[in-house]
Amino acid sequence: MALPKYTETRYRIWHYFYIAICTFVFIFLIAPLFVIFPLSFNAEEFLVFSEGMKNLDPDAFSLRWYKDMVYGTKNPWGLAAKNSFIIAIFATLGSVILGTVAALGLSSRHMPFKGIIMATLISPMIVPLIISGVAIFFFMAKAGLAATHTGIVLAHIILGTPFVVITVTATLSGFDHSVTRAAASLGSNPVNTFMKVTLPLILPGVISGGLFAFVTSFDEVVVVLFLAGLENTTIPIQMWTGLREQLSPTILAVATCLIVLSTLILISAELLRRRSERLRGINR
Amino acid sequence: MSSETKQILTTDGIPLEISLKKAERKNKIKAFLLVAPLLLFLIITYIFPIGEMFTRSIDDKMITNMLPKTFKSMETWDGKELPSEEVFASFLSDFKILVEKKEHGKLAQRLNKEKNGFNTITKKLFRQVKRNKIDETQSIKEQIMKVHKRWRNVEYWQAIKRTAPPYTSAKYLKAMDMYLNEDNKITQVSEDRRIHRILWLRTVEVAFFVTVFCFLMGYPIAHLLATLPMKYSNLLMICVLLPFWTSLLVRTASWMILLQQQGVVNDFFVMIGLVAEDNRPEMMYNKVGTYVAMTQILLPFMVLPLYSVMKTISPSLMRAGKSLGGTPFVAFWKVYFPLTIPGIGAGCLLVFILAIGYYITPALVGGASGTLISNQIAYHMKTTLDWSFASAMGLMLLGGVLVIYWLYNKLVGVDNIKLG
Repeated sequence: MALPKYTETRYRIWHYFYIAICTFVFIFLIAPLFVIFPLSFNAEEFLVFSEGMKNLDPDAFSLRWYKDMVYGTKNPWGLAAKNSFIIAIFATLGSVILGTVAALGLSSRHMPFKGIIMATLISPMIVPLIISGVAIFFFMAKAGLAATHTGIVLAHIILGTPFVVITVTATLSGFDHSVTRAAASLGSNPVNTFMKVTLPLILPGVISGGLFAFVTSFDEVVVVLFLAGLENTTIPIQMWTGLREQLSPTILAVATCLIVLSTLILISAELLRRRSERLRGINR
Repeated sequence: MSSETKQILTTDGIPLEISLKKAERKNKIKAFLLVAPLLLFLIITYIFPIGEMFTRSIDDKMITNMLPKTFKSMETWDGKELPSEEVFASFLSDFKILVEKKEHGKLAQRLNKEKNGFNTITKKLFRQVKRNKIDETQSIKEQIMKVHKRWRNVEYWQAIKRTAPPYTSAKYLKAMDMYLNEDNKITQVSEDRRIHRILWLRTVEVAFFVTVFCFLMGYPIAHLLATLPMKYSNLLMICVLLPFWTSLLVRTASWMILLQQQGVVNDFFVMIGLVAEDNRPEMMYNKVGTYVAMTQILLPFMVLPLYSVMKTISPSLMRAGKSLGGTPFVAFWKVYFPLTIPGIGAGCLLVFILAIGYYITPALVGGASGTLISNQIAYHMKTTLDWSFASAMGLMLLGGVLVIYWLYNKLVGVDNIKLG
């Protein structure tokens, strides 16, 4: 953003001030994530940069905490990771199926009571998590599903569907319905039309909704805190307990892995968004 | 349509109008059936339990069911002087049933909440009943009154009568640091015990300031992202999206590392000479920590809606403003800023709604002076097990959020929420 030569001094000053603010905000946003990265390779037990690390002494760095994460005694992370992935995968599947089907109905122009139904379907995203946690806990306790994987999966389906509904309805809003009519006129039944025509076109939206649902489930801690027993511990629960009791560098090793995972998810989400825009013919 | 026009018929002889209506209805049912599974699922597992929170929060049936005869006979009592023999007799018979079921302890607990001192006198009465000391052929009133002098005090009987209705607003009043006194008037608790009001105020205050900070930091960078050429803005967008996709606990953990007394931020302050080495400020476990961490965590929710609105504003508008003689500031203020108001509304409401119900971050970095109302709800759910009180507070919070949500819907529309 080069300024034209004739810019007055006060606007010049203002412009540099503006750039300075923006730089500060970007650092504020991204820097905290990068602090974790070097500290997780710390050879010592403290969560500060040691003198050795500041001098880039290779002895000050080690993979000690990563080893502890994987092989440590009484290690909770293995079970937590397994649980987290199982729960997140099933919750994502459930959210995607329920959410996509609902989005198909919602984007039909014949849908009655569209406003209120949409508001209801989105509500788990708007209602504070703590309240959702209390309500879902009451239901699961009554249904005998507290402290079970099923209970947590159902809870995460509740929290994940709004994201799928939103992304898929957004994708469908640019959807050309004449293609489904064309398929029908060529003798395809509705299910076949959906699988062969509609789904491939809205797939980017469905997958990106699924990614949201996956991340929501994978990162969810408030509701799980109410629901989980010892057997159902998840990565966020372990982190939560770890952060409350004592910040150990092992947590930072886990955190680093999570950042890598979120980077991968970000890249796929971004690629999907672009593909979706291309498919829907939105050019920028 | 005049009666002379011939009705248009479809090929199978049904008038077109009816046929179309039929098709329309069929489509409506079809669309609804698609939504039905999710809707039903949410109603059963989510909406209905929220309703259950309400019944739980006002429920006071336990004691109503414990003393059915007493309350029945109390109906005719004016509540001014000691009740009649009949009330005492029915109280005793209710009490005996409770002793048999070993539920007298629960009764004592509940009554003690209504008025202090019930614990002792219920225990005394229990001992008398257990030893069969009360002779039912004589005046029960006289005998109960002999058990303890408080049974002779009319205030205790008034307290029992107050517990008669099966529903109570006590939990809601308690959440506002108020209670119903002996004359059924709403009174405030003594000043040193008003903890909840502080929490409510602090929650709103934190949510408000976090929203303001997010706006002040989000607006410039959203503007930069929207005006920079694509290849640069895509790169910078990662700075916004990566935190957005990163686990909340990871981000909170990094703030705990940054803000601790020997942490990076304090190191930096010492290095530039802002603070002395032996006088490092405490930035965590107080409100500062809550503000800093929540602002960073919620900032993407402000930037994304602002960015999507700003992206649609043509740069030629600003040029037109300037060419018509406005200084850059005037052009910005009169042309650009008003066009971004929908984005500002969306971003601020989204951040405010999310901030007002925040739990994890305040619990970890907030300390005692930085905890919010949701921490109190969790505390009562998990520690004191006063679920009805937690429900009452939760619903009050929900009420606030729904008002904001409704405003949001009016101003922006839920279906305009953009993600990523």
